[in-house]
Amino acid sequence: MIKKVESNKKYEEYLKKTQPKPNYFKNCLWAFIVGGLICTFAQIVHDLFEKYLNMEHVEATSATVMTMIFIGATLTGLGVYDKIGKRAGAGSIIPITGFANAIVAPAMEFKREGIIFGVGAKMFILAGPILVHGILASVIVGFIHYFLKR
Amino acid sequence: MTYVYAFIVGGLICVIGQLIMDYTKLTPAHVLVIFVTSGVILTAVGLYEPLVKIGGAGATIPIPGFGYALAKGAIKAVDENGIIGAFTGGVEATAGGIAVAIVFGYIMAILFNPKVK
Amino acid sequence: MRTKKMGNQTIKFKNPPIILSTASIVGAKEGEGPLAKYFDKIIEDDLYGEESWEKAESKLVEDAVRLAVTRGELQLADIEYMLGGDLLNQLIATSFAASKLQIPFFGLYGACSTMTESLSLASIIIDGEFANKVIATTSSHFATAERQFRFPLEHGNQRAPTAQWTVTGAGAVLLSSTGEGPVITHITTGKVIDFGVVDANNMGAAMAPAAADTIATHLKDTGFKPNDYDLIITGDLGKYGKEIAIDLLRKEGHKVKNVFSDCGNEIFDHEKQDTHAGGSGCGCSAVVFCGYLIDQLKNKKLNKILLVSTGALFSPTSSQQGGSIPSIAHAVTIENVSIK
Repeated sequence: MIKKVESNKKYEEYLKKTQPKPNYFKNCLWAFIVGGLICTFAQIVHDLFEKYLNMEHVEATSATVMTMIFIGATLTGLGVYDKIGKRAGAGSIIPITGFANAIVAPAMEFKREGIIFGVGAKMFILAGPILVHGILASVIVGFIHYFLKR
Repeated sequence: MTYVYAFIVGGLICVIGQLIMDYTKLTPAHVLVIFVTSGVILTAVGLYEPLVKIGGAGATIPIPGFGYALAKGAIKAVDENGIIGAFTGGVEATAGGIAVAIVFGYIMAILFNPKVK
Repeated sequence: MRTKKMGNQTIKFKNPPIILSTASIVGAKEGEGPLAKYFDKIIEDDLYGEESWEKAESKLVEDAVRLAVTRGELQLADIEYMLGGDLLNQLIATSFAASKLQIPFFGLYGACSTMTESLSLASIIIDGEFANKVIATTSSHFATAERQFRFPLEHGNQRAPTAQWTVTGAGAVLLSSTGEGPVITHITTGKVIDFGVVDANNMGAAMAPAAADTIATHLKDTGFKPNDYDLIITGDLGKYGKEIAIDLLRKEGHKVKNVFSDCGNEIFDHEKQDTHAGGSGCGCSAVVFCGYLIDQLKNKKLNKILLVSTGALFSPTSSQQGGSIPSIAHAVTIENVSIK
């Protein structure tokens, strides 16, 4: 029998020594390049909006965010985004296109459970926590700002 | 030059996310929540605005930029409408993005099936 | 009076049940792996012509059972019990298949250890003379497991180097009290072992202690030496978990390295197929046994093997609550012996 001589703590240490680690450098390089490219592309889109559609800076910024979400959603639908993500990791998770991916992927996945409990409910299993905590934080910031101002 | 800065700022924000995921084994959802909340807080204390000035889309496109938009919206709405703005500002400023994500999420779900690769 | 028990956890059968026939059906990815030629059927489409993956998995089970029964030259009505399970909540894949097959059914949950769990219980039923024909079956499906335990398929997440790939496939074993074929001589039932691993991306590390514990107990109970076996093969420890199990057994004084293998490590070409640490899932040890190992036994390339399917007994709920991954392993000895 395998005695518990190896306490859980010891086993954890053993695993730390023996188990393979992610390739930190390669992962970071991929994240940097893909994340950087997505942002550069967005900057180009932003500048085109300003130049050709005569948008104000703020207006162009939100139009760019919407465009990127649209692109992220489309690439997810076409089955491309998860392939990028496999290599790029955070490079394609952190940009707003990754937020779109987090909404579209479960929506597609659970459509067989119907549009109410499937698409409607599961759409937010990944994005829900982001919205909840982001909005919560922004309301708190709004409150603090209100009381500091007075 | 703006493109170079966008690339570097955006890329570095992603690298921070990658390091957190690789070293702590947090899931992408955890990292995204940490980042969006950080974006809100950094904006509130005035540290994110300079990053946006330098990086442009490199700072607004990564998810902390979503937090930036939320916080900026809330602060602006408080200035204009008082306390009620704390509730309306953030969502108002980001409503476009959220609506686009929902609409296209829905459409994609109807149009496409997920695939095993 | 108990007369068939050896040691604490092992049974030696007086009338060893005979493996009359087996069937293995796998998905497209498994069909591109190194064991492809041993599988009875490779499905091209992961939906298998059904509307959902869950229904596809259920059809895999149903077809595997039908195929095994046909090969045993029997009718469904001849089968007295069906024992099986899968990874899905409430065992829907197996239960829905059982509803179509209309064989008296016991649903089992042992996570990925279900192949040897069902084989163990089926053998007890036959040796106990409660039935002559019993079928043991199990299945898993990559897409149904991913959506239940991990992320949606299209989500762009990165897999850890220790992560494993759930096998799409179903295996069925038809056991009989009479006939020709390899026989099940011993079973060792495992205990649930928990070394406190919480990382669901490293199931091999969570399950390796359970596998090592069951194997060490088996050797102690039966008095067998590792070299009495042509092969000791675990279910789905994967590339790294396999090494841990060998290491843990070595520390206990059992040199198993030369005869040790792992179904999850064999089923894919990890480099080419990008499956990281290897295959996993109930279907992993099921199809490797029902396809590859049984072929090796029948061709006398192997004459005595110990199949040790390994299961991680956690759920998304326990995992989200920060719980560790308790694990189990059941061992089954399969031998070529002429008993008549």
